[in-house]
Amino acid sequence: MSNLFILLLVPLLAAIVLIFVKQSPVAKWTSLIFSLVQVGLTIPFLCAFQPDATMQFEQNWMWIASLGIHFHIGLDGISLPMVLLTNGLIPLIVLTTFSKTFKGNFYALVSFMQAGLLLVFLALDAFSFYVGWEIALIPIYFICALWGEGDRIRVNLKFFVYTFLGSLLMLIGILYLYNQVPSQDFEWTSFVALDLPEATQRWIFWAFFIAFAIKIPILPFHTWQPDTYTHAPAAGTMLLAGIMLKMGVYGLIRWLLPIAPFGVLAYSNVVMVLCVIGVVYASIIAFKQQDAKRLIAYSSIAHVGLISAGVVSWHSEGLQGAIIQMVNHGLSVVGLFFIIDILENRTGTRILNDLGGLANPLPKLAIAFLIIVMGAVGLPLTNGFIGEFLLLKGLYDYGVWYAVFAGLTLILGAVYMLRFYQKSMYGNLTSRTISVGDIKGAELVVLAVIAFFTLLLGVLPNTILKLSETSVLNLLNQIKF
Amino acid sequence: MGAIITLSILGILVLYLGLFKAKNALLPVTLLGLVVALGFAIVDWGKDAEPLYHGMVIFDRFALAFTILCILVTGLTLLLSKEYFSHISGNIAEYYCLIIFSLTGATLVNSYHNFAMLFIGIEIMSVALYILAGIRKKDFASNEAALKYFLMGAFSTGFLLFGITLLYGATGTFDLEGLKSYVLSTEEISPLFYAGILLLLSGLCFKVGAAPFHFWTPDVYDGAPTLITIFMSTVVKVASFAGFLRLFSTVMVPLGDFWVPVLLTIIIITLFVGNISALMQSSFKRMMAYSSVSHAGYMLFAIVAIGNQSAGSIFTYATAYSLASIIAFGTLILVRKNMGSDLFESFNGLGKRNPFLAAILTVAMFSLAGIPLTAGFIGKFMMFNNVMGVYNVILLVLAVVNAAIGVYYYLHVVVNMYFKSADDTATTTFQTPLNYTLVLTLAAILTIVIGIYPDCLIKLL
Repeated sequence: MSNLFILLLVPLLAAIVLIFVKQSPVAKWTSLIFSLVQVGLTIPFLCAFQPDATMQFEQNWMWIASLGIHFHIGLDGISLPMVLLTNGLIPLIVLTTFSKTFKGNFYALVSFMQAGLLLVFLALDAFSFYVGWEIALIPIYFICALWGEGDRIRVNLKFFVYTFLGSLLMLIGILYLYNQVPSQDFEWTSFVALDLPEATQRWIFWAFFIAFAIKIPILPFHTWQPDTYTHAPAAGTMLLAGIMLKMGVYGLIRWLLPIAPFGVLAYSNVVMVLCVIGVVYASIIAFKQQDAKRLIAYSSIAHVGLISAGVVSWHSEGLQGAIIQMVNHGLSVVGLFFIIDILENRTGTRILNDLGGLANPLPKLAIAFLIIVMGAVGLPLTNGFIGEFLLLKGLYDYGVWYAVFAGLTLILGAVYMLRFYQKSMYGNLTSRTISVGDIKGAELVVLAVIAFFTLLLGVLPNTILKLSETSVLNLLNQIKF
Repeated sequence: MGAIITLSILGILVLYLGLFKAKNALLPVTLLGLVVALGFAIVDWGKDAEPLYHGMVIFDRFALAFTILCILVTGLTLLLSKEYFSHISGNIAEYYCLIIFSLTGATLVNSYHNFAMLFIGIEIMSVALYILAGIRKKDFASNEAALKYFLMGAFSTGFLLFGITLLYGATGTFDLEGLKSYVLSTEEISPLFYAGILLLLSGLCFKVGAAPFHFWTPDVYDGAPTLITIFMSTVVKVASFAGFLRLFSTVMVPLGDFWVPVLLTIIIITLFVGNISALMQSSFKRMMAYSSVSHAGYMLFAIVAIGNQSAGSIFTYATAYSLASIIAFGTLILVRKNMGSDLFESFNGLGKRNPFLAAILTVAMFSLAGIPLTAGFIGKFMMFNNVMGVYNVILLVLAVVNAAIGVYYYLHVVVNMYFKSADDTATTTFQTPLNYTLVLTLAAILTIVIGIYPDCLIKLL
């Protein structure tokens, strides 16, 4: 069972089956079963994976011979955590929708998106990467625009056009590199082996960086994000924040660093400043939010700002921190958006001032919420701590002042997260929160799993760090100057 | 060669069928004739191509591939014509006959080896269309379209002819080989020749609908009956591009320094004019007309970055564009029949009322926008790659901006279909006729197959 292609095939198959399912309960269970099968199929790869720097389970077929395009996928220490995150979160996200009445088409889009995301994380051929990158966008657009709320059409059109423009810029970069490669192919190894002049690397950097920065999103490219997150259905927000934005960070690590090291070197200060401004700016805005979903959307900008800063810090700690923090952020943000969804379903609002005193009627939720918030804030013994520690260590080695300002995220993060917790859980019961029941069933399972992993990764961060360590070191060594 | 003869005979045969009132036989006979012509083209495929009839025409792979494409697209269009023409008039044989004649002209344009044939081909192709654009005799828009198309077409043919004359004046030959050897061997190329190139370029840009020679396209596409619009935007466009490319790739390559800047300007204007005007439209049909202008801009990439890949990329792009156009206009015919208008609002709620049509139209829109796993993406990819081959990054950046604008208006109709609900008056579902189901499904499947495995197409040329 070491056929990596099967990981792409199962979600595709699930998508095709699910299109034809009309009844909501059947669709839910079918989707859950498929996503659990996918988890089961992922485990053998985790067990057989050797934590060394090599590319493993590689599969390489000729795809479009006349253009030198291969279908090339493989797994290494950098992509494995992302694959685990994707395949682990999808069943949880499916479970969060069990109280809704989505039909098969919704779950088909989720599965289709899963296939696209996995292709992005596994691809070792720039064309395959690009295809996955675009394929992941279509289903999430439909999910957000079909089942969203409010001004969903305008907001999602902006999101789509914005990210599509970014992708096309990346396509220019890819085509340029392809025309430079002597063997006329799109292989990752050929791209990395190119010895491009510094001036070229500088613009190549922007071609790729803008595409990734829009997806992540990094400060001046973030304007689509709060609106899209807020107007999307809960599951759509989870997909966007939990998994999709990791595509951008992963792209930075996998493609941008090794292909244009001089470009990264030339502009790392610019990016760093943007990221740090993003961290502080988004944190302050998050603090002022009344809408809980918007609050988490802005907090997400702050968190990924720190992650991206860690990537361009060019230190193994920073990169390691970025990888583990992507997993952590995925877990906590899915948890938080689910909690908001639960609160909204029960009280009909997610405005902080209308909530309050929910710890009493919802004790189990309060405990899970507390653990997840602690993880998001980065308290020791939760998953967020080790990630933020490594990231700040990487930033510190890069420049003290960056670390100082980015370190504000710890304080500011605590401020807005605890404000959110306090406003919703403590205080007096309001008219809206007077009669609500505690979480049960699917809700309990999802939050328990997330809380469990929040603590597990906090106590044993090595489970993830060990997977990626040698790959990260190898990546840094590989970069030629 | 068999294809041209078959098509000419077929046209006359269809006319006689009309004379003897064999209305029911029209469509089957036409389709059968197309299949025979297709067979001739396929049989010629493996043979070594020699210019025929004193260098008048040549059926090389390039000509055959485009001919096959034109015949196939015509066949699909005609399949949609069942019961379409009979609504318009009682005498429908003429319409079939004119379409076949126009196709014959297109085949000549695909395969010319002598300017005389280029001119005759373009005329045969266009004259038939001037009439077809006006077949709704009592419809004001249709008449306007025919008149505009005729005046503009005649004007552009004048340019073309003038250009050909000047080239003849400089070289003394109409033959492409002769022109090629003139360009290669002459030290001092006559100024007449350069003037001729500019006029030819204008004439051909008129035919493919590139800005600033595009003013006829929106009104003609909009005013003509939709089925004729399909034919115009696919077969005529494809053939014009084949002719354009053949001229420039055989003769004009060494003179690139002269005409490339001119064509570059035309392309950039075309892209922006086409896309920005398409953005402003409230009618789906007019949006498609302007989008066809912008697609002409993308297709010209292959000519501005002329090389080995050019033929393959124009062919792929043209196929992708033709398939998507058939779907888009085919769907429009049905929607219009049910809702009575071409506006975007008529598509409201189509996702609920007819999920099949909505899904297929979505595939077509994605293909036109250039989203991966559709044929349109491969076409764009190859075009962009051509331009990157000559390292014209500025043009690519402009093209990318335009592609992003394009996404905006292609998604407009998707938004209408899925995210907006129809008025109360139009909640009823509507049926798709069998022939539409067949043609549209086939086109959608081909779009996706080419998108996933484009080698089947690229390897042909």
